[in-house]
Amino acid sequence: MPKKIGVIVFPGSNCDHDAYHAMKHIMNVETEFLWHKDNDLSGIDLLIIPGGFSYGDYLRSGAIARFSPIMNAVQDYVKKGYPVLGICNGFQILLEAGLLPGAMLHNEKLRFICKNVYLRVESTRSPFTGALENGQVLTIPVSHGEGNYFIDKKGVQKLEEKEQIAFRYCTEEGHITQEANINGSVSNIAGITNEQGNVLGMMPHPERAMESILGLTDGIPFFESVLHKLEIA
Amino acid sequence: MYKAKVNVTLRNSILDPKGKAAHHALQNLGLKSVKDVRIGKFIELNINAASKDEAYLLAETACAKLLANEVMEDFHITIE
Repeated sequence: MPKKIGVIVFPGSNCDHDAYHAMKHIMNVETEFLWHKDNDLSGIDLLIIPGGFSYGDYLRSGAIARFSPIMNAVQDYVKKGYPVLGICNGFQILLEAGLLPGAMLHNEKLRFICKNVYLRVESTRSPFTGALENGQVLTIPVSHGEGNYFIDKKGVQKLEEKEQIAFRYCTEEGHITQEANINGSVSNIAGITNEQGNVLGMMPHPERAMESILGLTDGIPFFESVLHKLEIA
Repeated sequence: MYKAKVNVTLRNSILDPKGKAAHHALQNLGLKSVKDVRIGKFIELNINAASKDEAYLLAETACAKLLANEVMEDFHITIE
């Protein structure tokens, strides 16, 4: 059976087609859209929860989407050890669903931030970053108003101990500085995994860094790592 | 029928940038004696319940499961 990637579509998702295009046409893996009212994830080898503004970000980003029918199936899918990647709003939904620890606050300076940022690979423990190198710097765009990752001190400690911090915002040279911390996130955190390593949430958009004609290509080594380590391609 | 009035606010330990921005604006307005501003959400629930206690418990469940995210927010309920 050929491997298949699923991209969930919520009302208000707007990076679903970017993710679909990146997976199907650039990484050449069979990919299909899954409506948020679906509840069958059989045959899906990697699930992507894309960016956007599901349910208009009402109440809190991701708060309503987490009660969509498909999220029950996602809970089971994660329990069975299947891989889930949440990008931007997808990350926020995973936090609200309790599949990743912490919460997302408004950006410290309140502005919506849309720009290219540098990310340092902080852990290669999970399959998502397993084929990248520790300390490797990727240039990936961000586009969010609520990307200020929050978790209490004990929580950060635990993330560090279990090597769950996948990416941190850094300078071009890979230094973790306050200036590089675009949105005020605790400990410059840009992406984390769950303890088991089969769920990754990240605010930056690797699916928007896939084609040199559009400016950036560092999404390719990231997805190559994901697909290679998960034995999807 | 009971009415639950719910206030959801960011935990005190968490910086509230919207409150801070509003505070700056109030300072510029000349209202110097305003020392701090915290902005939250106000939510009203009309609840069909047999008693005030039952209404409170229902509102509490609604807050814990959806209306507030207890990682970063506190909630306060009054029942009328």
